[in-house]
Amino acid sequence: MSTLVFLEHHGHELLKGSLGVLSKAAAFADADVAGVVIGSKVRALADQAGKFGAPKLYVADDARLEAPLPQPRVDVLAQLVRDKGIDTVLFGNSVLAADVAAGLAARLDAGLNWDLADLVQQDGKLVGKRPALQDSVYVDVGWKSEPRIALFRSGSFDPVAAGGSAQVEDVAVALEDFSTSARMVDQAHEESEGPSIEDAPVIVAGGRGLGGPENFTLVEELAKALGGAVGATRAVVDAGWYPYSTQVGQTGKTVSPKLYIACGISGAIQHKVGMQSSGVIVAINKDTNAPIFEFSDLGVVGDVHEVVPRLTELVRARKAS
Amino acid sequence: MTKPADFPPPFRAADFVAAPSDPQDERIEVGVLIVGAGPAGLACAIRLGQLLEDAREVRERLGEVPVAVLEKGKQVGSHLLSGAVVNPRALRRLFKGRKRIDEMPFYGPVAHESVYFLTKQNALRIPAPPTMRNDGNYVASLSRLGRWLAEQAEEAGAMLLPETAAEKLLVSDGRARGVRTGDKGRGRDGQPLGNFEPGADLVAKVTVLAEGTQGHLTGVALDRFGLAGENPQVWALGVKEVWKVARPLDRVIHTMGWPLRPGAKYREFGGSFIYPMGEDMLTLGMVVGLDYRDVELSVHDLLQELKTHPLVRKLLEGGERVEWGAKTIPEGGFLALPKQLHAPGLLICGDGAGLVNVPALKGIHYAIESGSLAAEAAFAALQRGQTPATPGALSVYDDALKQSFVWKDLYEVRNMRPAFGRGFVVGGALAGAMTATKGRFPRRDLQLERDVDVDLIRTDRAKSYPAPDGKLTFDKLSSVFAAGNKTRDDQPNHIVIRRDVPPDLAELWERMCPAQVYEATETGVDVTPSNCVQCGAITAKGGRLTPPESGSGPEYKLT
Amino acid sequence: MKIAVCVKQVPEGNSRIDPETKRLDRSGEGALNAFDANAVEEALRLKDATGEGEVVLVSMGPPKAQDALRKALAMGADRAVLVTDEAAAGSDLVATSYTLAKALEREGADVILFGQQAGDSDGAVLWAAVADRLRLPVVSQAAEITQADGKLTVKRQTEFGYDVIEAPLPAVVAVSDAINEPRYPSLKGIMGAKSKAQATLSLSDLGVEGDRAGEQGSRTEVYGLNDPPARSESKKIEDNGNAAQAILDFLAEKRLV
Repeated sequence: MSTLVFLEHHGHELLKGSLGVLSKAAAFADADVAGVVIGSKVRALADQAGKFGAPKLYVADDARLEAPLPQPRVDVLAQLVRDKGIDTVLFGNSVLAADVAAGLAARLDAGLNWDLADLVQQDGKLVGKRPALQDSVYVDVGWKSEPRIALFRSGSFDPVAAGGSAQVEDVAVALEDFSTSARMVDQAHEESEGPSIEDAPVIVAGGRGLGGPENFTLVEELAKALGGAVGATRAVVDAGWYPYSTQVGQTGKTVSPKLYIACGISGAIQHKVGMQSSGVIVAINKDTNAPIFEFSDLGVVGDVHEVVPRLTELVRARKAS
Repeated sequence: MTKPADFPPPFRAADFVAAPSDPQDERIEVGVLIVGAGPAGLACAIRLGQLLEDAREVRERLGEVPVAVLEKGKQVGSHLLSGAVVNPRALRRLFKGRKRIDEMPFYGPVAHESVYFLTKQNALRIPAPPTMRNDGNYVASLSRLGRWLAEQAEEAGAMLLPETAAEKLLVSDGRARGVRTGDKGRGRDGQPLGNFEPGADLVAKVTVLAEGTQGHLTGVALDRFGLAGENPQVWALGVKEVWKVARPLDRVIHTMGWPLRPGAKYREFGGSFIYPMGEDMLTLGMVVGLDYRDVELSVHDLLQELKTHPLVRKLLEGGERVEWGAKTIPEGGFLALPKQLHAPGLLICGDGAGLVNVPALKGIHYAIESGSLAAEAAFAALQRGQTPATPGALSVYDDALKQSFVWKDLYEVRNMRPAFGRGFVVGGALAGAMTATKGRFPRRDLQLERDVDVDLIRTDRAKSYPAPDGKLTFDKLSSVFAAGNKTRDDQPNHIVIRRDVPPDLAELWERMCPAQVYEATETGVDVTPSNCVQCGAITAKGGRLTPPESGSGPEYKLT
Repeated sequence: MKIAVCVKQVPEGNSRIDPETKRLDRSGEGALNAFDANAVEEALRLKDATGEGEVVLVSMGPPKAQDALRKALAMGADRAVLVTDEAAAGSDLVATSYTLAKALEREGADVILFGQQAGDSDGAVLWAAVADRLRLPVVSQAAEITQADGKLTVKRQTEFGYDVIEAPLPAVVAVSDAINEPRYPSLKGIMGAKSKAQATLSLSDLGVEGDRAGEQGSRTEVYGLNDPPARSESKKIEDNGNAAQAILDFLAEKRLV
C-alpha cells in the first residue's frame, strides 16, 4: 500500500488533524507512507512531519501556493499520485482539505469516502467507517478501484510522536489556468473572541439544573479555562437565560467537539441529537436517573454549583503550572 | 376545587374575523377555497373536480384556480391522525367507477376483532358491542390515506397549498369571502424578523371549512354567524403510537377498563385500540374523554401504563416505536351539532362540524361524505349562476346531509356519550337500551356538559405511571421527537391561556398535555409552544389553540 | 446574470437507511435540503442586486424530487431542471459530479451555487468536484458574496477566521448557512410555482455514458451497516467532594486539558 497523507499547515505548524491521520497511516502493517506539504516556504515543516511518522515527505514549495486555496493543491496532488503510483490518499477534514479531496477525486476519477471516523484492513480490503444518521449507525464503505481517497472527521486520531525524520523530496509544480484564477485578497484571523460554538474543540453547556441565568457565569468560566465555547439547552434559551445562538439540539446547532461538558442538563432526545457525536461527553447532574448519563463517558451525580467552580479552579491551576 | 371555566382564556373570536384588507389587485382569487387537507377537505376537492370535469362553463367562471386546498402542516398528512378503522362506504361513493378499494392505501380489511375488559393483570374477552363491529371495514393510517387523497385531488385539478395556515375568516356584508393566511417570520414577541412574509387575503366564491377537530376558523365562524347548537361540543384526547413489531397482529383489538377507573365520580370514559398495519407494524392508542376530573390524569402516561399490561406487552415484544402522535376527537355527536352547517358563502364539514360516531369509533367516512356533499352543494349553487354568498344559496348542503346515512347514524346513537358521564356500568346499560331501540330510548334527550365546567379532583394516580425506559415506555419529550416535531422555537406563542391560574389548574394542563407544553410554576403556568402537536386538548379544557406559523407542529407519516 | 443553484431532495423528518439496499430510504415525503435554501436565497439576492437575470435550479434525484424543487421555485427561482434516471441511482461523488457537471454545462451559468451540505448524508464536498470537472474556480464556506465587474468577492469562513477571495466569473461557490436567512415563500410564490417550467432530463439527454453513472460509474461502495462502536466504558460517580478532581484526572487521561 502506497499511502500519501495531505499535511495541512497553518502558520508554521502542521495541523493536529493532519498529524493524527499521518500517525494512523504509519501504524498500518504494510504501510509505505509519505506526507505531502504544499505551500510557500514550507520546507521547515519536514522535521515535524518526520517526528509524527512520515519517513518520506514530498514538498511542493512555490510562491503561487502560499494562499490556502484548494485548486492549485489539486494540481500538485494529481501529478504526484500519477508520478509515484500512489494508491491511497488520506486527508484530515478541514474547509481546505475537503475541497482539495473532492477536486482530486474528480480529477483522477477516484473514489472518495468522506466523514470517516476510522479506517481498517478487513479481509485484505481497506474499509472506512462512516457514522451516519446522527451517528446512530456506522456504514462500512470501500473503494472499487485505485487510487482511493479518504477524508477523516476532524479529531478522529491522536497524533503520535514516534520521533523519526523525513526524507524530503521536492515536487515540481505545474498549475492549471483555472486553478489559479481565484485569488486570496485578504485574510483576517480572529483570535480574540474565543471559538464559535460550531468550531470549538470544547463546549461547556448549561441546562435548567443551573437554577437561574446568573449561574451561567459558572459555565462561562469553565469554558474560558478550557478554551471552549458555551452552549445551552432549549429550555434555558426558552426561559431567556441565554441567547438562541448558543442553543444546541434538534432546533439549534449540531455540534461535535472533542469534549462536551453538560452542566445541569437532563439529556432529552432533542438535546442529544445535537451533541451526541461529541468525542468525549462529561455530564454533571444531581438527578441520578437523568438520561444524559446513558450517553456520557463520565457522569457525575452531584451539584453543578459545587462541582463546576471547583473544576474551573483545578483547570486553571493545571494550566498555570 | 376549581374548574377550568373559572379561568377563561383571553380569546375573542371577533379578533379573527376581518374584511379583506389587501388592495384589490393583490388579493388572490380562487373559485372554491377549502381549508384543511384532511378526508373532508380532500373529498370535497375531488368531488368538485369530478363535477367540474363536465362543466366547462362553470369551471371557467371559477377563474385560474377553480379549487384550492389549504393545509397548515408541512405536508398533506403531517397533521392527520386517527385510529383508524375506516368504513369504506363514503369512499366507494366518491370513487365510484374510478378507483377500487384495493387501489387505496389500506392495510387490508378487518379479519378478526376482539374486545377485552382489562384489569391490571388480566384481560377478559367480552363480546363486541353491536356499534363496534367492524365487518367490511379497513385499517388505515389516516396520514397515509390523506396523502393518497391529495394525489387524487391534484389529479382532479385542485391546487394544494401546504404550509399555509388560515388565520382569519374574511367576512364582508355578512358573507364569508375567504380567509387571510398567517404571517410567517415573526419573532417571539411578534416582531417581524428579517425574512418576515406577511399573510395574504385569499378570496373565494365559496369557502369550505374542513379543518378537523378544534377547527380554528370553524370556531370563529360558529360565533360570527351564530351557528352554535343547543349543546356544547365535548372532546376526547387520543394518543397513539406506531410500532414496528416482530410478529404480525391478526386482528383489531379494543380494550375497556384498566387503566381507566369505572367509578362515576372519576368520569373516565374511554379505552384503547390496537390495530395491525401489515406484516410488520401495528398501532396502539388510548382515548379518554376530556370531561375527566383528576388533575393527575395524563393520557400520554396512561398509554405508557397500558403497554405494561401482559396482553399488550406481549404484542410489542422485540418491537420498536417508530412514531407517536396525539389529537382530540369531537365526541358530542348529534346533540352537539351546530344549528346549521352553512352560512352565506360558507360550508362546514367533517370533524370540525362534529360528525363523529363515538360508539362506533368512526368519523372518517362521515368526513368524506360531508365533504362530497359540500362539493355538490357548492357546485349546484355555482351552476345555477347563483352567488353562493346569497343567504340560503347553500342550504341544500344541510338538506342533503340530513338525507344521508351520516344523519341517521348519528341520530341513533345521540344519547350514548352523555350516558357515560354517569360511569361505565350505568352508561353501558343505557347504551345497550339505546342500541336495542335504534335510538328511540330515551324519550327525552340527555344534555352535554362543557368539558371546562367539570369540577376537578385530585387522586394519586400519577404514582402508577411507569418510569420511562426508552424502549417500551417513553417520556413526553421523546414522544414529541417521535412526532417529527421540529418547530422553530422563537416564534410567537400560539396558545391562549391565563398564566395566573391556581396550582390545580396548572397541574391539570401539565399532565393533560401529551407534548409537555405546560409546566406548573410557583406563580401559575409556563408554556413551551414549540413542543405543541396541535392536538387541541387545551381548547377543551380552558384555553384556546390558535394556528402557529404555517408548517409548524408534528410531521406525521404513519399515524 | 444567470445563476444556477444545485439543490437536493432529502427525506422529510427523521431519516433511515434501508438495511437491504444500504441506501438512504427515500420512500417518505421529499423536502428541500435545508442548507440548499441558503443557496437559493443567495441566488435570488444576487439576481436582485444585478437587477436582471435568471435563477435556475439544477438537481439530480428520483421523479419525486420535483416536489422539493417546487418549494425552491416558490421562493422565487425561475425554473428547474431535474436529472432523473433509474440508471443514476446509487451514484457516488465521482458519478454524481460527472452527471451534474454535464447538466450545468448545458446551462452555462455565470455563477453556480451550492448549499454547505446535504442534510441526509452530511457530505460537504460535491462543489469542488463539480468545479474541477467544469474547470472553474471554486470557493466554499461563503459567508458573504458580492458581485462587480465580472468577478465575485467572497468572504470564506475557515477554522482560523475569514478569508476574502476573488474569483472571475463563471465561478462555483458553496455558501455557509450563516450567509443569510432564507425567505419564506409567499402565497403568490407558492401558487405561481406550479406553473413554472420544470424540465426533466435523462442521462442520455445529457450524453452521460452508462458506465459513468449509478453504481457502475461509482468508485466507492457500501459493504454494510453496523452499530456504532460502544462509547468507551461509561463511568458514573457520586460527588463526595472529589468529583472535580476526578473529572480533571479523566480529562488529563484523555489528553483533553
